[in-house]
Amino acid sequence: MSATVVTPSNSAGAVMASASQSPARMAVRRFAARPAAVAGLVVVVFFVLVAVFAPWIAPADPVKTSWTLIRKAPSWANWMGTDENGRDVLSRIIWGARASLTAGVISVTIATGVGVPIGLLAGFAGGKIDMIIGRLVDAMLASPFLILAIALAAFLGPSLQNAMIAIGITATPIFVRVARGATIDAATNDYVEAARALGNPPWRVAVRHVLPNIIPPVMVQATLAIAGAIIAEASLSFLGLGQQPPAPSWGSMLNSAQRFLTQAPWLAIFPGAAIFLVVLSFNLVGDGLRDALDPRAK
Amino acid sequence: MRGHLGVRFAQVIPTLLLVSIMVFCLQQLMPGDPALVLAGEERDPEVLEQIRRELKLDQPLVFQYFYWIGNVLQGDLGFSWRIRQPVTELVATKLPVTLQLASMAFIIAVFIGVPMGVLSAVKKNTFWDYLANGIGLAGLSTPNFWLGIMLILLVSVHLGWLPPSGYVPLTEDWRQSLATTIMPAFVLGNAISAVLMRHTRSAMLTALQQDYVRTARAKGLSEHLVVIKHALRNALVPVVTLGALELGTLLSGAVLTEQVFSIPGFGKMIVDAVFNRDYPVVQGVVLVTATVYVMLNLVADVLYVMINPRLRGA
Repeated sequence: MSATVVTPSNSAGAVMASASQSPARMAVRRFAARPAAVAGLVVVVFFVLVAVFAPWIAPADPVKTSWTLIRKAPSWANWMGTDENGRDVLSRIIWGARASLTAGVISVTIATGVGVPIGLLAGFAGGKIDMIIGRLVDAMLASPFLILAIALAAFLGPSLQNAMIAIGITATPIFVRVARGATIDAATNDYVEAARALGNPPWRVAVRHVLPNIIPPVMVQATLAIAGAIIAEASLSFLGLGQQPPAPSWGSMLNSAQRFLTQAPWLAIFPGAAIFLVVLSFNLVGDGLRDALDPRAK
Repeated sequence: MRGHLGVRFAQVIPTLLLVSIMVFCLQQLMPGDPALVLAGEERDPEVLEQIRRELKLDQPLVFQYFYWIGNVLQGDLGFSWRIRQPVTELVATKLPVTLQLASMAFIIAVFIGVPMGVLSAVKKNTFWDYLANGIGLAGLSTPNFWLGIMLILLVSVHLGWLPPSGYVPLTEDWRQSLATTIMPAFVLGNAISAVLMRHTRSAMLTALQQDYVRTARAKGLSEHLVVIKHALRNALVPVVTLGALELGTLLSGAVLTEQVFSIPGFGKMIVDAVFNRDYPVVQGVVLVTATVYVMLNLVADVLYVMINPRLRGA
């Protein structure tokens, strides 16, 4: 029988080993210990690769129509069948990944780029600035996400670019809130007090000492927001306010699939399954990141 | 309690004021001249001038805002450019349809989400917990318009159990009304049930660790009674308030659900208005939705204070 004997020397070694681990490395370990999160990450990476290499891996031109191939069921020639214009569904899904992931990443980049500095300012400055920003955020959050995005996309004009702007603007207040909360939390730390006491100007304290500490919660929110943004882009495209035909998008594919539900159900099944899979994966990664970066929040 | 509620009521006014400014600004984003959109084929400069005068588009922006908000406060949300009907009337006709759908969706969400959350908390870290969490996460990740299409395919096309689209008012034929709305309500309630499940699980886990639950167990009460009568009753406090907030989300989700199931509600109205470039209707819908959402937030807060004994006496 073997037993692990904890001696003063090896327990001290363990302490030193854990002390030598950086917080980032420990977070990676915690993330890797969650199979669901790792599986989510694998699927996300897969879709990113599909989007990047779409021109090389798509078996056919996604916009090329063929009157001899109208609504053909899945077969060896067309793995996911063809649509009402004889276009290859698999190729359109592969190219659609580009539209969806680009929309998800760019709209969240807009939301983070605008929301985090404002949240940092609100949390760090406090007082009247915080109050004014807080009311503005309340007002923006008062309008349900999709209705505001639809209204913005409608007034800006239907296109993928405007849909991304609309989703980005609509998602901004969440990032203001997250960044503000994290800033208030981080600003109470001793090292921030010390930086202030050393006479650093407030902007330097905020950017150099507070900002790096609010990155983890912002990262978690960003991952979950990408999932929301992908659904929002698909929703806008489904309504005809996002990617315009004939360019492929999962949402617009579902829109046209509705007309052929009885004759060609595969037109509705595959694009929806792609949205579901990629959104689920981003949600799994977001949940995993939250647990890895802030184990207390579990 | 009065102080807390007073502050909360006072906060609603500036929020609504900012919402109104935001909704007004939406129109300024519109490319081109609204008078040109309204005139359609008619490009006579005199007609255009008359339209601008009537809509106060020739006035400074601040004046336009006060003119618009003044009318809104008197219940006038403007005139639909396309249907030539007051927006208030249109909202009054369409809102009850969406409210019926949203209420049914909420009931379905509570009946699915709360028991799943309880099961997940009681059977923490077991197969049932993982299953409930998995279903919840899948629910959150499913676009409701796709779920709607898939249900139409399965329930209406293949099984022929329910009509795939359309709407019958409750007052006309309640059975037919339920038949046409049950599937869209389920689709709409799906995501909310996942949110409610997560809230219930978290609240139940906290409640199950409290002293009163330990006391109830020590008294020899059955686990059933402990969970339902003691833990769940207390866990429901935050769930109720958070649930009220989700009602606003339902209004948003209704846009897509109504589109898929061709239900002539509030959500379909905004989409039709967007494609008809009927901007007063879009503005009206956003303003009404935002106001309903702010009021629901307030109701949730008041409810929370009223049912939370610790805050009641504060």
